[in-house]
Amino acid sequence: MGVVVSAQHTPSLAERLKDAASVAFIALLLGIPMLGLTTVDQGGALRVATRWPVLAAFVALCFAGRLIARYAFERWQLGRRSQERTKNRATPSSRRYGVLTNWLGWGCFASALFLPILFSDNRYVVDTATTVLIYVMLGWGLNVVVGLAGLLNLGYAAFYAVGAYAYALLATQFGWGFWQALPVAGALAAGFGLLLGWPTLRLRGDYLAIVTLGFGEIVRVVLVNWTDLSNGPNGIASIPRPTFFGLPFKPGDEATFASFFGIEFSPLHRIHFLYYLILALAMLTNVFVSRLRKLPIGRAWEAIREDEIACKALGINVTQVKLSALAISAMLGGAAGVFFAARQGFISPESFTFNESAIVLAIVVLGGTGSQLGVVLSSLVLVLLPELGRDFADYRMLLFGAAMILIMIWRPGGILAKREPTLRYSALPRDGERP
Amino acid sequence: MSRSEPLLRVENLSMRFGGLTAIDDLSLDVMAARITAVIGPNGAGKTTLFNCLTGFYKPSSGSVRLVHPQRGTLRLEQLDSHQVASRAQVVRTFQNVRLFPRMTVLENLIVAQHQRLQRASGFSLAGLFGLQAYRRAEAEAIAIAVDRLKRLNLLDRADAVAGDLPYGMQRRVEIARALCVDPILLCLDEPAAGLNPRESAELNALLQSLAGEEGLAILLIEHDMNVVMNVSDHICVLNYGCKIAEGTPDEIRSDAKVIKAYLGEDDGEGDYGNYGGEGRDASEGSEENMLSGALRR
Repeated sequence: MGVVVSAQHTPSLAERLKDAASVAFIALLLGIPMLGLTTVDQGGALRVATRWPVLAAFVALCFAGRLIARYAFERWQLGRRSQERTKNRATPSSRRYGVLTNWLGWGCFASALFLPILFSDNRYVVDTATTVLIYVMLGWGLNVVVGLAGLLNLGYAAFYAVGAYAYALLATQFGWGFWQALPVAGALAAGFGLLLGWPTLRLRGDYLAIVTLGFGEIVRVVLVNWTDLSNGPNGIASIPRPTFFGLPFKPGDEATFASFFGIEFSPLHRIHFLYYLILALAMLTNVFVSRLRKLPIGRAWEAIREDEIACKALGINVTQVKLSALAISAMLGGAAGVFFAARQGFISPESFTFNESAIVLAIVVLGGTGSQLGVVLSSLVLVLLPELGRDFADYRMLLFGAAMILIMIWRPGGILAKREPTLRYSALPRDGERP
Repeated sequence: MSRSEPLLRVENLSMRFGGLTAIDDLSLDVMAARITAVIGPNGAGKTTLFNCLTGFYKPSSGSVRLVHPQRGTLRLEQLDSHQVASRAQVVRTFQNVRLFPRMTVLENLIVAQHQRLQRASGFSLAGLFGLQAYRRAEAEAIAIAVDRLKRLNLLDRADAVAGDLPYGMQRRVEIARALCVDPILLCLDEPAAGLNPRESAELNALLQSLAGEEGLAILLIEHDMNVVMNVSDHICVLNYGCKIAEGTPDEIRSDAKVIKAYLGEDDGEGDYGNYGGEGRDASEGSEENMLSGALRR
């Protein structure tokens, strides 16, 4: 309301009350026509009725709300400024941030672990959580290229598709199992990553984005048109589901999961198994990427994102480093694709459109490029928000867009934009070699 | 070190960009364990020379030969920029500091040791499983980085984010990072730009100890005549891509062509703005004044 909240001095109680009263007055002015007066249908004619109690409640709410909101805002600003003051010499505060995100990460993992137990008979929840985890895994995979190496990739769904089709074809044509196909499909996707990498090595930013966008479309269009291989737009159906060490999830008396463990068959077993499978794959991805980040290769990825020319001057082979990032990222995307195909049992080019690439990229950017935990949080937001928004029917995507804009306004660098160093001098074990 | 055997021999080097000849038939020797300075007015082709030496530009003609103590004679103009650093051990810094700004100082210095670490990590496999060999190599790399940080008096900033440091300190980080590559020839592009007088004096001492005690060859582009005249063993003056003079600081000070190139035809006040005028650091005065001061001293 045009009131500049100056954080330089803390306002007195009278000032606060005056401020809140002015807001309440405006609320009253607006409220009289909007809330205080209403029309009622009385015997076929319209008559104006008053609703003073509602209006009074509204004005009181505005008064109290303004008091509280302003107080909260001041506290927040105060905290921020004191934080900024300590920022430059604050290794402790940044370390505390690290501890916090660490706990948050373990908290997420624990809740992920117990989720199917808490919602053991709710298929919808477990299914949605599985979808979230697929996106988490894709996000972590794409993070290698976009977040760490700083190469914008708009065609990530292509690698996802390569993995999914590799498994679908190997399983339906050659009878391969999930676990056999997983490494092969991953390697194949990595190969496609290199294929994309070679011609695009010199490109950065917008140019790279356009080429990767084209690559994603090429893969999709090939899948649509190469009917002999991919069955075209009809897709591939009845893809075998993953088995529990060779025990299928189905009713019957032969060696199945249920009969082996002597429990009654339930379709939920497979749902839960798939959930834990993707959880395991995603955590494996997480450990893999987190470890790589602290290795020379990971530091080189980040260095390339920061300054490619400086990397060259230090003797780093930029070509190799970029290709390794593309290949590893593609491999992880391919692995996620294998899981996707195994879970759905049916895939078609429809599942690997640009929309898919865009969502995964949005997850990485929204999460804070380079942040592993940020990917988890933004996957939750991006997958759950459209789900929660189902009640809003047509306005669902509007809500979704508004939420994304708000996040980018509040946290322009992503939800977790702060970069965690790969090693700290102050945290190193030292053998009497103190400066 | 024998004076007759140069570490780096630049012969008839030319670099043309379309119609513009940035470097014209330049020959230059750089001796081991000596500091060689390249000076000249702005646009004289000094940074272009660096780019040709370190593989960022492919020269139009001429040769750059480096006599490597282990690897024999290397033709630098045929190597890629990363090979110049990793194989020939010729490492450069940049006129406008190029750190990895969002990484910490220590990380910057570890990245500089990428080649060795990458090999030790068995192309990441040994590193992924945390094998002893890799952990030892990483500890060694950290020890080297800490040593360089101590030399440049930066150890208390090891965990600072490089981009947040003041400019002068970023320059020092860049030099420390270059030293982590284990160079035999260090090419510094205006290392004293933006340094205050105290930092600049520290830089002088550092350069002299690197060349004198460790036998490092240093090739230096610098506008700060205090640094150039104090530390250089040999100075090469460029103007419009041509070498106009070469010799010891004393010879350069009294060279008529150099004075003319810097100060214009007549040694009057009116002709000053011909070259330079970038005014990097107002407190230190314009480069012409510094040179004329240093020349007349």
